[in-house]
Amino acid sequence: MVSAPPAAGEAARSRRAPGNRDSAGLGVAPAIGFLAPGLLLIGLFLIFPALWTIYIGLTNYTLTGATSVAPAFVGLGNFAEALNDALFGNALWLTLVYTIGSAVLGQNIVGFALAWVLRGARPALRRTIETFVLLSWILPTVVIAYLWIAVLDRDGGTLDLLLGSPGTAWLIEYPMASLIVFNTWHGTAFSMMLYSSALAAVPPSQLETARSVGASGWQTVRDVVFPHIRGHVLTNTLLISLWTANDFTPFLLTAGGPNHESELVPVFIYRQAISSGRLGYAAAISFLLLLVNLVVALVYLLLLRKRA
Amino acid sequence: MTSHEPRDRQPQPRVSTRVNSGKAVLRRTGYVAFMAAVLAFFAVPMLWLASAPFDSDPGLGLHWPDWTLSNWTATFEHPYALGSLVNSVVLCVVATAVTTVLATLAAYALSRVRIPGRDALLYLLLLLSSVVTGTAAMVPIFVMMFQLGLINSQYATGLVLAGGILPAAIFILKDFIDSVPRSYEESARVFGASPAQVLLHVVLPVARPGIATILVWAFVQAWGNFLLPFLLLRDIDAQPAAVLLNTMKDEGGSANLTVIPVFSLLYAVPVVVLYLFVSKRYGFRFHGGIKA
Amino acid sequence: MAGIELTELSTVYPNGVRAVDSLDLSVRDGEFFALLGPSGCGKTTLLRTIAGLEQATSGTVSIGDADVTRAEPGRRRVAMVFQDYALFPHMTVAQNIAYPLRVRHASRAAQREAAARTSAGLGLAGLLERRPAQLSGGQQQRVALARAIAMEADVLLLDEPLSNLDARLRLEARTFLKRLQRDLGLTTVFVTHDQAEALALADRIAVMSQGRIRQLGSPKEVFQRPGDTFVANFIGSTPMNLLSGTVSGGLVEVAGARLKPPPGVSLADGAAVTAGIRPEYLHVSAAADGITGTVSIVENLGVTSLVTVECPGEALVGVTVPEGEEPSVGSTITAAPDPGRLLLYDGETDELVGEAKVAES
Repeated sequence: MVSAPPAAGEAARSRRAPGNRDSAGLGVAPAIGFLAPGLLLIGLFLIFPALWTIYIGLTNYTLTGATSVAPAFVGLGNFAEALNDALFGNALWLTLVYTIGSAVLGQNIVGFALAWVLRGARPALRRTIETFVLLSWILPTVVIAYLWIAVLDRDGGTLDLLLGSPGTAWLIEYPMASLIVFNTWHGTAFSMMLYSSALAAVPPSQLETARSVGASGWQTVRDVVFPHIRGHVLTNTLLISLWTANDFTPFLLTAGGPNHESELVPVFIYRQAISSGRLGYAAAISFLLLLVNLVVALVYLLLLRKRA
Repeated sequence: MTSHEPRDRQPQPRVSTRVNSGKAVLRRTGYVAFMAAVLAFFAVPMLWLASAPFDSDPGLGLHWPDWTLSNWTATFEHPYALGSLVNSVVLCVVATAVTTVLATLAAYALSRVRIPGRDALLYLLLLLSSVVTGTAAMVPIFVMMFQLGLINSQYATGLVLAGGILPAAIFILKDFIDSVPRSYEESARVFGASPAQVLLHVVLPVARPGIATILVWAFVQAWGNFLLPFLLLRDIDAQPAAVLLNTMKDEGGSANLTVIPVFSLLYAVPVVVLYLFVSKRYGFRFHGGIKA
Repeated sequence: MAGIELTELSTVYPNGVRAVDSLDLSVRDGEFFALLGPSGCGKTTLLRTIAGLEQATSGTVSIGDADVTRAEPGRRRVAMVFQDYALFPHMTVAQNIAYPLRVRHASRAAQREAAARTSAGLGLAGLLERRPAQLSGGQQQRVALARAIAMEADVLLLDEPLSNLDARLRLEARTFLKRLQRDLGLTTVFVTHDQAEALALADRIAVMSQGRIRQLGSPKEVFQRPGDTFVANFIGSTPMNLLSGTVSGGLVEVAGARLKPPPGVSLADGAAVTAGIRPEYLHVSAAADGITGTVSIVENLGVTSLVTVECPGEALVGVTVPEGEEPSVGSTITAAPDPGRLLLYDGETDELVGEAKVAES
């Protein structure tokens, strides 16, 4: 048959053409009406708090006392204090260690290793392991916090039983290490699933070529797999780092102790706000956290967009 | 991401040739050891949840239980245990209902109508759901509720939860509704259906799987949420299970180990059941990992 | 029952694309009308504009005597069958068919009755309680038709009605559709990119390109006397030979041959022309005044074969030969046009020269 004349109308003909593509005849005004309630709620409980925290952070508002009824505007005073606050610096450092240890390294590596190894596993084995890994992710956080308290307990915790080192209070003697292992355990499922589908998208023919020239597993990963999943590694790392840095769960395990040794930023904020009642100060810290989140999220979205 | 099916699901080769046999055996052993270690690492902490509730002498360590149901009676007799589970249900029903209804309406509008600024709005939603986490918003939310006198209000907390879950819910549901062919709606329209009839007769029934997924997902998120109820529901009578469990742990005492394992199990089971239900019925849909 | 009147109809998209460009069209009451063209020509947009799913930018749409240009789709008394049938997956066949009545709040009894009646006429009677997913492609199409019929509209619109069916089924469905339309006497407009389908089904065809109608006529007219080279190229299962050349000494010089121009056509010497002749209308003859060349390819089409002949001037001419008369590759043959079948197109405007009269045979 003959080929069509230049498609002047071809783009227009596609289902996503501009113009009135409102298939249900809804109309813009009712549509905005549909959107409004949801947006209202989001505005109230996400946007407004994010903005309001800036304002609160500029005051010396507290939960009790004189400044709870008549908070004064202190400008950047809270931020200046934060810069000099050893506890805040401690929280920042610990959060960095926690994020790098359990997310960037822990979840990433274990997640990838699992995804890689399970590719060739028997279906039954694969299903079993995936089930347990997924369970670790979907069980409520309070429950798994308690499960790990049980494992790490000094008086007959499972870890001590297994290692034959009775009397070691892991959460007290090695709080950060415990938290890192815990968070790796808790969050690996996500990375595993992500890498699983990323690996499935690597053309089998390339993997087989590598195998037929005798490349080892490590070489195959480095030369064939990694170039394909590089983008995924970056976006995954950003995402899980963001979640980890904002993770409040360590509070359930150590409550920041002993003696601030595991007081990550989320716990720090809580302590300052509720235990010490220093809401203004805590708000300023929260704002800093929001900024960090914003930067990471923007980079993440930009990368996603570039990849799409 | 497409998935290339079972081609790469071949089991590792056994002893291939005599020359490689030593290496292959080593590899195989390493493989088995790795698998065993991984399985143990993930399973062991959870096994406690299977044994301790039924153990007449529960300890924190994992050991073979002395089977009994006495812990269960103790739990039911605990003044706040069952009540908190009811609180959880109330809280989650509020959050889930609000989220599902509002998200469905919003997603439908966003999917079908070219609202000015739609794409920017979608990106903003995505951004919001990642940036404004519970941790970052805990102070202003607390202050807001405190000043409004809504501390200890289950409905208010439910609304706050919904607000946090909504952006991701809208995003996921819009994605889903996008994939429903527009010809159904257009067909109904040509046959004379009003926009309301189109929505009720055609769109909602066809979008049921997506809506059900969001419903369950929102419920699970709300059920497991600790921080918000911890902040906002200070009264022990109003606390949902998540908070009560933490309270029980902190209070210490011997009643602890009798009640906590059972309570944890009771609290955890609904989530697992729901997850299994959804993944069996609708498949586990992983939307770029949006997690509130 | 009603006719459709389109006056200077235009549908322009915000990005400036004129999907339908100032179109005038009259569809007669009870006619089976085809909108034919390649993808992107605007035929579907035109159909959707008639249905009301797209808003015309200017011009009018009238159905019967009513101006429906600004009317809602549901108010135009138009029934439409979509390319994917759009059967509601969560409703049974009966519920699908009765849907137009449900929308008008007809009683359950009326709905049931309409479903039973319509489905009986289309051979769907035992399938009323099934879901669309449990039906074959042909059955789904008939349910979609039943639903459209149950609406008792004035006009029926079909968007690529046969393209979703596999090849064998398509021919059966074609005959079925033609008979159905004739029995119902319903004004029907359908959109297709398949010229064979349009020729077989329609009473009249509008061949479209880039938002405009290139030619409007009966299948016979469009096939035998295409109005320009675009239509000539588009219509016909085997492409028409379009050979460029010039007029010299009153004869048409193309592909190294000198042919007599069609009767009633006179052109100045030196005029650039394109000669159009279908492979089916060329016969192999030893006579001198025909197109001569070397056989390069012979394609077996079943009852006939399509022979590609390499002619002077690097022209490739297709000739259809009957069974048993296939020439051998490399041999020289001469093919002469059947009387009255040669068409001449102006070399510059690509339009048909001479009267648009259909040959008697």
